[in-house]
Amino acid sequence: MKCEDLLALLNEYVDGTVDPAICDEFEKHMAGCNPCQVVVDNIRKTITLYQQGEPYELPIPFRDRLHAALREHWKASHPCDQKPGGEAR
Amino acid sequence: MAGMSEPINDAELVRQAKAGDLAAFAELTRRHERQVYSLASRIVRQEQDAEDVTQEAFLSAMEHLAGFREEARFRTWLLRITTHAALKVLRKRRGLDTVSLEASTEPDAEGAIPHPEFIADWRQSPEELVHRNETRRLLEEALDRLDEKHRLVFLLRDVEGLSIRETAEALGLGEANVKVRLLRARLQLREQLTRFFGDPARALARGHPHEP
Repeated sequence: MKCEDLLALLNEYVDGTVDPAICDEFEKHMAGCNPCQVVVDNIRKTITLYQQGEPYELPIPFRDRLHAALREHWKASHPCDQKPGGEAR
Repeated sequence: MAGMSEPINDAELVRQAKAGDLAAFAELTRRHERQVYSLASRIVRQEQDAEDVTQEAFLSAMEHLAGFREEARFRTWLLRITTHAALKVLRKRRGLDTVSLEASTEPDAEGAIPHPEFIADWRQSPEELVHRNETRRLLEEALDRLDEKHRLVFLLRDVEGLSIRETAEALGLGEANVKVRLLRARLQLREQLTRFFGDPARALARGHPHEP
């Protein structure tokens, strides 16, 4: 397997969805190819880093507006469904 | 943990909201609002639009809740709604009709996948890096530098964890196209981030015995 071939299958290998037979080829190539190993490792770390990032906080004024708009909209479409204590905080 | 009751899951909250319980819908909102807002922000990249998209996503979810099939995951459904609303903003900005995102839905004709250039082990693990102040800025800048079509796929598939199929459906693309774009996005981000996080002392030369 050449580096070129490996590149084409990189997604599947990183995601763990590559065909087992091809996976073997992949690993054989990587055993003898440090740059490819490092690239695969880099990609895994890249994805992890983005996944681990904290989501953005909503600006507080916006958050308040959002919840107010949702409450209003809900009441407009649920005129009879007012449960006691059903208010959003 | 002893004494703590099981937190109520999304599916149950959806059921309660469908039955008319606003507090249940409010709780669903609280649980997902930051992710919706983050995704919206990263797609439209403009504060006011991101807020509009976020609000529209939750209003739309509220309006269509009755038709939401409970076997599906609420989160996935909500993120698809968010994507749809965000893409609408992007199209509007470009004065396009709402039917297509024009050329960006065509299969990639960009030629061969570019080879990695700068190759080096990172000096720190993601767990360590995520705590560094400048990491977030670097991640956002790297994301910003991607072509939009690559960024969209990466956001949905790798950041939000949608499947290839879900990503394809959300963006109106074929799965093969999604995979190619995902690969390009991953390689490009890797390239940029490795220049920051890679250990230059251990950088590897690009040429090596296997190269054709």
